[in-house]
Amino acid sequence: MGAAYETIYFKADACDGCNECMSACARAKAQSDDQLQSRIQIVPSGEGFELALCRQCGDPECVLNCPAGALAKNAGSGVIAWDGSKCVNCLLCTVGCAYGGIAYDAQAGHVIKCDMCAGDPACVKVCTTGALKHVKTARIYNEVGNLEDLFAPGLSGCQGCNTELIMRHTLRRIGPDVVVATPPGCIPGMGSVGYNGLTGTKVPVFHPLLTNTASMLAGVRRHYKRMGRDVMAVALAGDGGTADVGFQSLSGAAERGEEILYICVDNEGYMNTGMQRSGCTPYGAWTSTTPVGERAHGKTQDAKNLPLLMVMHNCAYVATASTAFMQDLYDKLERAIEAAKTGFAYLHIYSPCTTGWRFPSDQNIEVARKAVETNFVLLWEFNPRDGLQLTHPAENAKPIDEYLEVLGKYRHLDPDQVEHIERTLANNLARIRGFAAAKGTASAEAGRG
Amino acid sequence: MHHAHYLIVGASHAALSALHAIRLHDTEGDVTLLTRDDSLPYSPTVLPYVVSGRSDPGRVFLRDEAYFAEHKVNYLRGANVRNLNAGANAVELADGSRIGFDKLLLATGAAPLLPPIPGLAGLKFHVLRTLADALALREALPQVKRALVLGGGLIGMHAAENLAKGGVDVSVVELQPHVLSGYFDAEAAGIIEGVFSSKGVHLLTGKSVASVAAKGAGCRALLADGTEIEADLLLVATGVAPVTDFLAGSGVATERGVLVDEHMRTNVANIWAAGDVAQARGFFSDSRIINGILPDAVDQGRIAGMAMAEDPGIKTYAGGVPLNTYSFFGEQAVSVGVHEGALDSSGVEVKKQVDAAAKRYLKIVLKENRLAGIFGVNSAFDPGIMWELILRAIDLGDEKLAFLRSPQDTARALMSRNWR
Ligand SMILES: Cc1cc2nc3c(=O)[nH]c(=O)nc-3n(C[C@H](O)[C@H](O)[C@H](O)COP(=O)(O)OP(=O)(O)OC[C@H]3O[C@@H](n4cnc5c(N)ncnc54)[C@H](O)[C@@H]3O)c2cc1C
Repeated sequence: MGAAYETIYFKADACDGCNECMSACARAKAQSDDQLQSRIQIVPSGEGFELALCRQCGDPECVLNCPAGALAKNAGSGVIAWDGSKCVNCLLCTVGCAYGGIAYDAQAGHVIKCDMCAGDPACVKVCTTGALKHVKTARIYNEVGNLEDLFAPGLSGCQGCNTELIMRHTLRRIGPDVVVATPPGCIPGMGSVGYNGLTGTKVPVFHPLLTNTASMLAGVRRHYKRMGRDVMAVALAGDGGTADVGFQSLSGAAERGEEILYICVDNEGYMNTGMQRSGCTPYGAWTSTTPVGERAHGKTQDAKNLPLLMVMHNCAYVATASTAFMQDLYDKLERAIEAAKTGFAYLHIYSPCTTGWRFPSDQNIEVARKAVETNFVLLWEFNPRDGLQLTHPAENAKPIDEYLEVLGKYRHLDPDQVEHIERTLANNLARIRGFAAAKGTASAEAGRG
Repeated sequence: MHHAHYLIVGASHAALSALHAIRLHDTEGDVTLLTRDDSLPYSPTVLPYVVSGRSDPGRVFLRDEAYFAEHKVNYLRGANVRNLNAGANAVELADGSRIGFDKLLLATGAAPLLPPIPGLAGLKFHVLRTLADALALREALPQVKRALVLGGGLIGMHAAENLAKGGVDVSVVELQPHVLSGYFDAEAAGIIEGVFSSKGVHLLTGKSVASVAAKGAGCRALLADGTEIEADLLLVATGVAPVTDFLAGSGVATERGVLVDEHMRTNVANIWAAGDVAQARGFFSDSRIINGILPDAVDQGRIAGMAMAEDPGIKTYAGGVPLNTYSFFGEQAVSVGVHEGALDSSGVEVKKQVDAAAKRYLKIVLKENRLAGIFGVNSAFDPGIMWELILRAIDLGDEKLAFLRSPQDTARALMSRNWR
């Protein structure tokens, strides 16, 4: 497998043209106050701003164009390095770059380009608007990409299924010392529990009832612990099985502090059995049991806030996550795995459903991203010591329409319903912020024995 | 007889780019890459700097043995192809040995084209295309006081500059009314010529050489206008021609170069050609041209390599756009695209800003609101973005005035929006 690399990400919408990044670069790289000497260049574009910066291309044309062997991509860092002792100033590299990422600096008398400041880019550090980000997600691909996928190939999920992605990623990271429970839902439905006497996983997996996932796992974990073996007990369950009929055993296990990692894959309904509403289906959404017609206009109640209910159990770890924010998801997964060694860890991952929510199958990650960017989904984490913290900024959220309009299940919404949703989101945010403001206390820290 | 699945003749930009593309798609297929040179691969473009001493001849190589080992490439040096037998899928080397192939890439580049000047054949003179040429020139330099360079193109001008920097009294004879006529108009060339003159280089433009003869250890040239020039060293840089001599009778169709289609394939189904040797479609003309520049050799090599490896990601060749970058005595000149004279005049707009005293020049040629050419001396813009604007035929729309006013920033913004 090829390596992935860290990169500098530019969000044009967020850039206010302050040019601090250029000053910082010129200072760091040329000890100069002249922004022309900056290797990152922000240029005005209509009302906004765009950027010229080396992309550290995977298959760089500047390198192939160099007649002097002065440019080379470092296989370890991915940075395209310039060797001044070999450069002959022919400028042919600038012909090869279609991004303005390597350009002649008249003061320096040679071409200059971004070198990522040895992994700590000066430009990103001074960006206060979030327009520049140092994306280190590459670590996931490099580390996790080499781990074994513990599901069999060829599961029969729908085209573009987010849940399959979540299953494969999480189990890969959890590793082979595990027993997996997949209660009825899409996850076993697509074949992970197997058929014809074979399983769809390369690790032990079982199919509990909808009602007893957490209690069965509690027994499994205790059994292995008694035998002196450190085997993780993991649930990969849908929101229906978690929020509704499975809730009593979940609540009991959480309250007892069973050492379980419970992953709820939330696609906002019973998608496997024909798209019925669940306790997690949001207000206004079409499902087959909250139809849209002359009188009915989708679900008339709000979703219950399941992850927040789990916070109220004072679990060792609770977090929400999204596949559109993989770095965040993996950070949380790692903390959840750690927490499940001594207590109950609950991870709530949003999983847009191409089939049940009615959107094109190539749009899944986009939908997941929009859910977070509009605050429809809030990303946060909790532990008893530090309390609750938002892990993705909720300020400057995009208008909710940008999310609702891409989903067929909301196509019928009238303005009153949209207003209701906006109110609900505002309340959710206020509540989460309230929790975030109330930091953990000593009594919480005591946890349970 | 040795047999290779992929046989690549040549080891310079086109060849290495093709090899790179092949290995991205086919990590195992057996590859032999050969060159008549005795060294690791290097670029002809770096040679003027070897002559001047700026580049260490031991450090100009584009690949090393480790690269070939890692990519499982059989690299043969000192292997001069004398003959191609397309029917038998084999080439014959100068030493009589033969190498068979399933797929062949011709990347033999170009070699100096000698002008039919009376007296030249019997004379000792230099050219500049191979590392051996550069080393011979470098070795000759300490004894040279006066040098005569025939040809005021890029190669001649690069050589003249580096000779002058070595303290040599240099004269350049150029047939065209100004130097670098392939890339710059008279006004831009005038600025470049001014810099050369100020450095003591004699530029004799619009002049032709009637004959040359030996004079002591050096030579004497007689120009058509009667002028006589004596020199210790003669460098012939009047042009290059594709290396196709070994193709005679092979069945591979050639004109001035090897004729190729938009995937760099020749008329023979399992033979491709790329780089200075290939004659491929031009972006601005319907006929097939020889572009003869390094970036195009890289581009064509990639396409040929992808075609040979049957990479489904292959794109068709957009056509050669004339372009070049030219650094001289610390100044920069860049030429991308065509001048107004090369276009049918309807819808053509030209904007020129010249400050000859400051050695600054900028000309922008638009055709129907799209970039056709941009030329600068000491003017900042990104040639790679401009090339892409031309290839994509981006309509400048409302941005036109902004582009004419500040091409670099406007093109960067256009790029950032359009490339997404
Ligand atoms: C002095 C100089 C300056 C230049 N400056 C510029 C510049 O500024 N910008 C620019 O764009 N271009 C420049 N060029 C041109 C540029 O170098 C060429 O366009 C480029 O090298 C073409 O690459 P190629 O792979 O097609 O061929 P070449 O580089 O010519 O390589 C041909 C290869 O084929 C091998 N070969 C040839 N015949 C045989 C045979 N019969 N058997 C075995 N092997 C053979 C050769 O040994 C060599 O390895 C310059 C050229 C020179 C000479």
